[in-house]
This record gives sequence, C-alpha cells and structure tokens, in this order.
Amino acid sequence: MSDGTLAQRAPAAATPSLATGYAGFVRKRIIMLSLLAVALVLALLADIATGPAQLSLGTVVSGIFDPASLPRPIQVILWNVRLPYAIMAVLVGASLGLAGAEMQTVLNNPLASPFTLGVSAAATLGASLVIVMGLAPFGVPQHIAVPVGAFAFAAGASVLVQGLARLRGTGVDSVVLFGIALVFALNAAVALLQFVADAETLQQIVFWGMGSLARSSWPKIAVVAVVLAVCLPFSMLQVWKMTALRAGEAQAESLGIDTNRLRLVVMLRASLLAATAVAFVGTIGFVGLVGPHMARLLLGEDHRFFLPGAALAGAVVLSLASIASKMLVPGLIIPVGIVTSLVGVPLFLALLFGRGRG
Amino acid sequence: MGGLVLHGVTAGYRNRKVIEGFDLPPVPPGTLLGLIGPNAAGKSTLLRAVAGLGKIQAGSITLDGTELPALTPARRAALVGYLPQTLPTPSPLVAYEAVLSACRAVRGDLSPAQAESAIAHAFERLGISALALRRMSELSGGQRQMVGLAQVMVRDPRLLLLDEPTSALDLRWQLSVVEAVRNAVRASGAIGIIAIHDINLAIRACDQVAVLSRGRLLAAGSPGDVVTPGVLAESFGVEARVEACSQGVPVVLVDRALV
Repeated sequence: MSDGTLAQRAPAAATPSLATGYAGFVRKRIIMLSLLAVALVLALLADIATGPAQLSLGTVVSGIFDPASLPRPIQVILWNVRLPYAIMAVLVGASLGLAGAEMQTVLNNPLASPFTLGVSAAATLGASLVIVMGLAPFGVPQHIAVPVGAFAFAAGASVLVQGLARLRGTGVDSVVLFGIALVFALNAAVALLQFVADAETLQQIVFWGMGSLARSSWPKIAVVAVVLAVCLPFSMLQVWKMTALRAGEAQAESLGIDTNRLRLVVMLRASLLAATAVAFVGTIGFVGLVGPHMARLLLGEDHRFFLPGAALAGAVVLSLASIASKMLVPGLIIPVGIVTSLVGVPLFLALLFGRGRG
Repeated sequence: MGGLVLHGVTAGYRNRKVIEGFDLPPVPPGTLLGLIGPNAAGKSTLLRAVAGLGKIQAGSITLDGTELPALTPARRAALVGYLPQTLPTPSPLVAYEAVLSACRAVRGDLSPAQAESAIAHAFERLGISALALRRMSELSGGQRQMVGLAQVMVRDPRLLLLDEPTSALDLRWQLSVVEAVRNAVRASGAIGIIAIHDINLAIRACDQVAVLSRGRLLAAGSPGDVVTPGVLAESFGVEARVEACSQGVPVVLVDRALV
C-alpha cells in the first residue's frame, strides 16, 4: 500500500536528485583529496628546504629541475642528503598509510596497523639478528643484509599471523589478537638479543629500532617506490569489494565476494608494503594507524577515495615528522620514529576534536 | 522447468546436519513465499544453502532449470540476492555508497547512469530516499536493515532470499517493507523467500507459506490452508486459534505454550 503509491508518485523526479546529491559528496571528496596532495607537495618542499644548511624554496625548486644551476656543495646537499630523506619519508609514509588502511578494512578493526600486527616488531628482530650475528652471507654487505633480514622476518610474521588465524577458523578478531601476542614475543626476543649483545652492537640495534630516514639512498628508494607502485593499482582494483566489505561481512558474502580470500590477498599485500617500508627505515609507529584514521575522517570509507587518501595522509604525516625531526633540536636530527608520535598525536587529536564540532 | 525447486537438500555445519533431505514443491515465478518456524528450525540454514553460502552436502537446487550450486559465486550473485540476518555494519560509509558498492560488485554490466537510476529506484521502492546521503553510523538498526535490503533490491535478482528482514523494524515499516518486496516480486516475475517470525504478517503478505520444524518441511501451500492450529501446535509447540478478523483475514491468536 504505502510502497505502491510511493513508487508511482515520483520515480522520475527522484532519480536525478539522489544521484546529484551524491555527486556533491564525490566532488567534496575529490577536492579534499586534491588538498591533501597539495599539502603533501608543500610538506615535501619544506622538508627538502629544512636542515642545518638552510636552503630557500627557490633554491630547492631550481636545484631539482636544473641541478647545474647550483654551486657544487649545495648540489651535493640537495641530491645526496635532502632529497633521499624527503622522498623516502613520502614513500614510507604512503606505504604505511595504505597498508594500515587495508588492514583496518579487512580486519574490521580500527586498531589494526603494521605496528600492532607485529610487522614492525618482526622487522626489528630480523635486523637485530643480522646485526648481532654479524651475518654477511655470500659476502653481502651489512647495509643490504640488515634490510633483507628485516624484510624476511616481517613477511614471515605476517604469514604466521595469517596461518594461525586460518588454522583457528573464521574469527577476524583473532588476527589482531595473534598480532598483539606476537608483538610481545618478538619484543622479548629483541630484548634477549640486546641483553647478550656487546655495547657497540647494542647501540646499533637500539638505533635501528628507533626508525630513521638517515639510511635512505636512491637504490633503497627505488625498491620502496616499485613495491608501492605495484601494490597501489592492485589495491585500486579491489576498492568496490573492500567498500562492500565495510557495509558488512555477511552482506559482502551475499554479493558473491569470497571474503576469506579477499582478506588473505589484502593482508599479504599490506604486509609486503609495510615490511618493505620498515626494512629500510626501521620502526616507525603511528603512521600506519593515524594515516587511515585521518583519511576516514576527511573522506569517509568509500575506498575509491579512502585508500589513496590514507596513502597521502601517511605521507604528509611522515613528511611533517621529518621536518620536525630536523627542527626540534638545532643541529641534530632526531630519529623520525620518535617524532611521528610527537607530531602525529596532536594532529590526530585536532582532527578528532575538529570533527566533533562539525 | 520454471521457478525454484529444491530436492533432497542436506546442509548444515561440519558435524551437524541442520536440514536433511529437504524437498520444497516448485515455487512459481512471481511468488512471495513466507518461511515460518520456531528458532533453530533451519530457516536460516535453508536460505544460506540456496544462496550458496556454505556448500550443500547433498541435493539439488534449481532456479528456472539452472542448477544453482554449480554456478560460480559471481554468476550466482547476479541471479540470487540474499539478505543476511545480521544488520549492516554502522560504518562511516554513506548509505548510497553501501548500495553503490553492492551494485558495482555484482552488476558490472550496468553503465554509471544505469547504476544511478537502479540505486535511486531501490531507495525509492523502499521509501528510504531520505536516508540515502546519511552515514550508516548515524542510522538506527532498523534503518540500516532497510539499507541492507536496498543492497539486495538494487541488483534486481531473480530470486530474493530475505532472512528476517523485518526483525528491527517498527509496525509501519514492517508492513511497507514486506509489501515493497511483494510488489517487486510481482512486477518482475522474480521469486521471493522471506523468513519471518510474525505469522500474521506472513499470512497477510505472502502468496505461499512453508512451515519448518526441526529441519524438515511440515506444510507448504497457501496461508489459509497451511496455518492451522494443528500445524502451529506441532511446529511451535503452542495452543493457538486461527480466527477471521473483521476484514476476513485469518489471524493467529496464541493462547498458551504446550509443555
């Protein structure tokens, strides 16, 4: 009765208005995404310009597009120090932000991130093992062996968590619990290594664990960039499935989506992203957690916008943290892993409170 | 053969068969079938089996001659729309996006303009266009349930399987949702199966009623024939009367539980 009359009353009038109304949402999100991209470019330029030797923005821009125009020492600072740091910050931030967003979606848990699922802790253990044992397999130098060890352990931890969760059955929540349990076990193992290590090795392990962009180099940047460039398109292919999953697991299953398979594929991809990122720069917490939350607050959860937004937000946060790491104590670069939380937490709280008012 | 036919269907969990050797007489196109029965009678298991969630252990399920379990999940999802009993998540998704993602995930054949009009039509049919641009986290449980139903309706499936679609709804919306489903089924010649606890609503809205008890079919047919004191006593364990209301519609009045 009510429906019959409703349906006959205004189908033609309602059809454009609903789509038009939603188009307004889409427009706002595109604008927001563009603003994030602009913020990232500004943060990147500021990051490049910041340091013991102050470079003006003009110097930075002209130095990037026409290196020959600068005096040789400035050229070296720009291309061998500032640019690798700043670009690594962007790539690692984007990788961790994207990985965190995908993990939060498929695990249906806002606390999921590469950090809470043990990826970072496993990387630290892998790196520590290589450092302590002084491993140099097949004559591979340590600056390559350490990230390889970190990556192997980080990837192994992800597979282990996935395997345990599958063995146990369906529960999504159990993945996060396994991850947290794993973090404790891994931290204990790292502590044990630190306990038996001599003073110099101990210092190396502790420093690695802090997370620092100081290890950036162009080949490392290339690896992180390639992994991100390969993973992002695959993520974007699954945006509808992930959006449907956010509307409800049972609902997604009824759409013919194999949610278990989707979860496994997404988790492996996110783990690859996170493991690659932390293997080169060490433990950088919070970015993988706060990037997705910022994107969610600004863009909602339509994954067409949410995933790129989380990558951009993660990159912005790590860029800002990189700037702060150079400015907090003049003449000293604080490991950026320490700063991410110091910069990220107030930013995050500001967003949360800002949204409460709106 | 047209319509939906179930023959010898056995389904359940790994160690426990909830329904065994279940037969359902052919359900012709354009029919709304009400599935009633006590808790744990196997209503949800039956719907999930037909929807293809969880493998059936034996038997055959055919829709218009097509064997449903043999289809790929994507092909089956295009034919069969299933509304789970669980309400959609109160996520920050806008209701429109929840329905849009359902439409895009299943109906890849639709152009953006066709998808837009299908979505608008689904919201319109259920009378919930006003909710379309609100976040799911701001909606009540009943409103989210209707968005869930819109996710099913937008796909325009040949077979709608709705597991208690009115469990979170108030009186007015119970009626209008069930009638919206019935109208949609009649208009498109699809088949609707609706698991429902409110027997009086089932009698009013459904063309046929099937009564389940302990994993088997107790009775099936037109509501007037099937819903009798004897069937109610056997399936639900209650002493009940079926009387005609002032407009001549049968009404079930439950007097007491049988021990």
